Amino acid sequence: MNTRPIKILVAKPGLDGHDRGAKVVAHALKEAGMEVIYTGLHKTVDQIIRIAVQEDVDVIGLSIMSGAHIPITERLMKKAKEAGIGDKMVVVGGVIPNRDILKLKELGVTGVFPGGTPFSEITGFITETATKS
Amino acid sequence: MGVAKYTKDEKDRITDVELQSGIHVKACYGPEDLENVGFSYEKDLAPPGQYPFTRGIHAEGFRSRAWTTRQYTGFGTPEESNERFKLMIQHGQTGLNVAFDLPTQMGYDSDDPMAEGEVGRVGMAIDSLRDFEIAFKDINLEKIGSGLTINAVASIMLAMYQAVAEKYGFDPKKISATPQNDILKEMIGRGSWIFPVEPAVKLIGDTIEYSMTTLPRTNPVSICGYHIRESGATPAQEIGYAILIANAYIDNVLKRGYDVDDFVGHFSFNLNVFGNIWEQVAKFRAARKLWARNLKEKYGVKKDSNMYLRGLFGGGGYGLTKAQPENNIMRGAYYALSAALAGAQTIALCSYDEAYTIPTPHSAIISLRTLQLLMDEMGLRDTVDPLAGSYFIETITKEMEAKIEEEMAKIEKIGGITQAVSTGHIQRLVSHQAYEYEKGLQSGELKKVGLNIHTEGEQKDVELHEYTGESAEKQIAALKELRRERSDAEVKHTLKELEAGTRAGKNVMPYLVECCKAYATVGEMTMVFRDVYGEFQEPGLF
Repeated sequence: MNTRPIKILVAKPGLDGHDRGAKVVAHALKEAGMEVIYTGLHKTVDQIIRIAVQEDVDVIGLSIMSGAHIPITERLMKKAKEAGIGDKMVVVGGVIPNRDILKLKELGVTGVFPGGTPFSEITGFITETATKS
Repeated sequence: MGVAKYTKDEKDRITDVELQSGIHVKACYGPEDLENVGFSYEKDLAPPGQYPFTRGIHAEGFRSRAWTTRQYTGFGTPEESNERFKLMIQHGQTGLNVAFDLPTQMGYDSDDPMAEGEVGRVGMAIDSLRDFEIAFKDINLEKIGSGLTINAVASIMLAMYQAVAEKYGFDPKKISATPQNDILKEMIGRGSWIFPVEPAVKLIGDTIEYSMTTLPRTNPVSICGYHIRESGATPAQEIGYAILIANAYIDNVLKRGYDVDDFVGHFSFNLNVFGNIWEQVAKFRAARKLWARNLKEKYGVKKDSNMYLRGLFGGGGYGLTKAQPENNIMRGAYYALSAALAGAQTIALCSYDEAYTIPTPHSAIISLRTLQLLMDEMGLRDTVDPLAGSYFIETITKEMEAKIEEEMAKIEKIGGITQAVSTGHIQRLVSHQAYEYEKGLQSGELKKVGLNIHTEGEQKDVELHEYTGESAEKQIAALKELRRERSDAEVKHTLKELEAGTRAGKNVMPYLVECCKAYATVGEMTMVFRDVYGEFQEPGLF
């Protein structure tokens, strides 16, 4: 077991301003004992990567409600590699149709949590996976 | 969301119902309940069309005028949106409610790197007047009013709407636009803000001031309790915050030396419909009364028709579920019923597939038909305020009024609404409530069909609107062509004038109209504002 709590970045990439989901999940992660950093709205992928590096987070969580989850995640994975944090665990939540879950996983996303996923499932998955790595 | 909390005994008998706003519902109501809440027919109701308008703003309700049907529409290129607008009008829709894509809402041109992946995705892409010319082609703008769902750059879109109307030979004095134009609610929920609070509110003041003389049939601001509720507020908070926000805009215009009766009659409201049906009806009735009283007592409004709460009651997005999506059709019907029972001026519904993405033509027309069915088949136009006089409804309308006033007082006590938004107080409060609410759903304490009761296991996808990058490519190509064809000198000149006017604190609207007519882009005009005003700093979450 790690001695320090899991540090997770909850990020809102792009122009989408629907942040209810991101904030609610941030509350749940915090209550589960994690250290949560919330980026706020309208962040570019570069900004998110910069914060992830600076804060040395264990996990990057993206919340995307606009439907642009594939192009945004693609860009983030590429930039993460370039920044030397390609090994960071990335999870994605939001309005994600079932058919896109596999596509996101192929891009290297570890966990996908469409709207309505129980908190216990999200926190359990992150705790288990982040502790293992 | 929106279900009440139920307490039951061991025999499954309901022993208590607590509505979201904290009102407890009893098993039975009678005359003594009206007495307990201090109900007075003259003071609390009066006939429909008379102060305080609890029973509605028109004496004969929907008999004299049915509600406007106005589905939220727009996607892809202006061509595609124009086609869809015309399809909805052909099917009997009586107003437009225009959806813009995120780059447009955030003031970026389609070829801006910030726009990548988002062009035409959740609404139509608009870069310049040329796009509006296509989007509103063959639509009679003196006959059909248009809601423009845009906020941070609503001033630009309103100027562009005037420019396109003039281009097509319509009289600006006869066109009716309803830009959403409510930035404080964007800062609480929905998130399409750009500029800091003060200049953002000033821009709204500019649109109101300008409309008084130049666009007299336009409703320059539509205050949205809607998104505040979607973000986790209770129905009482939804109304309380909306009224306080409206007051902030009124105050901005009053500072300019106008009489409140000159402009407040053109305010409108956009309120949410999901949840317990009785609570919604009570909320709308109480809202009408409180708005009228607020205007009369706090601002000294004299003319009755200026005290009307004219509302789009609709949407209900957060009430929809991804699970068993067809159930959302029925949800929409009940939501529309509560809006109609409460005397809405306009109703629009989220379509059943919107828990996934923007609607297909099929699902949008189902929503439209739902409204038409209530109107033409179910008797909702028969008589005005049909629930009036019910011991139950009148009691909880009074109780709702008290709850809304409590919420308003709490915000006034900590320095008022702009302060509560600037510091993030309201954002933190509603997001915490949203979290508690979600926990209630997940634990099953709050019931939701398909989600935590009557579930069906494996979810299936429904037929969805497909986004392809093609529209984006077309839009970007069209923008490049526009940049080649327009007069650079004219664009530069009008933008320079806009900048000077903005820096001097003048009303920006006349400058924006000139920029639009010179085919300056939304991104270029917004950049002027970004340079002069800077950007809103989002307060922290915890």
